Amino acid sequence: MMQTPFIVASYAIAITGVLGLFAVSYVQMRRAERQAAALRKERRGQ
Amino acid sequence: MHRFANPARFLKIARVATPITALLGLALLAAGLGLGLFSSPPDYLQGESVRIMYVHVPTAWFGMGGYLFVALASAAFLVWRHPLADVAARAAAPVGATFTAVCLMTGALWGRPTWGTYWVWDARLTSMLVLLFLYLGYIALANAYDDRERGGRAAAILALVGVVNLPIIKFSVEWWNTLHQPASIRMSGSSIHPEMLQPLLLAALGFQLIFAATVLMRMRTALAGQVIAARAARLAGAHG
Repeated sequence: MMQTPFIVASYAIAITGVLGLFAVSYVQMRRAERQAAALRKERRGQ
Repeated sequence: MHRFANPARFLKIARVATPITALLGLALLAAGLGLGLFSSPPDYLQGESVRIMYVHVPTAWFGMGGYLFVALASAAFLVWRHPLADVAARAAAPVGATFTAVCLMTGALWGRPTWGTYWVWDARLTSMLVLLFLYLGYIALANAYDDRERGGRAAAILALVGVVNLPIIKFSVEWWNTLHQPASIRMSGSSIHPEMLQPLLLAALGFQLIFAATVLMRMRTALAGQVIAARAARLAGAHG
């Protein structure tokens, strides 16, 4: 049995799953912290 | 530990720790997986398919380790009512669920060329599937209530009850006749050849740091979300 497709699929799943969640978490964090910082700044300006 | 439960102090530490763990994790993961794919030797029995070990084993370890973290944070939330403990448990659950799902899928892909089947209802595989369901149950329960604290408490109880599954996963290969092989790395030593062990440990450390960085980022998102929600509530109060 050809083993290469199983190896490629395993690495693709692991990298997509783990690093995908990592990337999504990073984008969400940046967006939320930017929004929170803008709100704090706005509050200080009032 | 209580000192770090202060959100302001936690954020101060997390802002420094996040880029360090993330960058170090990515570098170690690239090194471990690169060595595992291109430099480590094939197994004398399994052949090339042994390379799946470098993604399957670390995701299994941190799928289980992540659940232990969720349970410990849940216990801290139930005992000391630290809101940050609830934030930590909620942040770690989807990360642990992802690691567990990756472990199950890569295990199936390793099983086909090794055992001749993607899946068997064997004790190790089934208890690992139960772990995924526990994670999904925790996430669903934590978000099922309008009152965040009630949801957190219900989910924390489920997390603590589910801890019983961890020793079942660990010892399933010794307690029952399973298709899954017993542990190759024990406290007494390892039966893995050093040329395979080195990339495995590098990849494991990389996955662990990526896990930690993802949890830190999700906790920071949740804390920023609380600031945004509090502001929205104040604005609604002022206009209402």
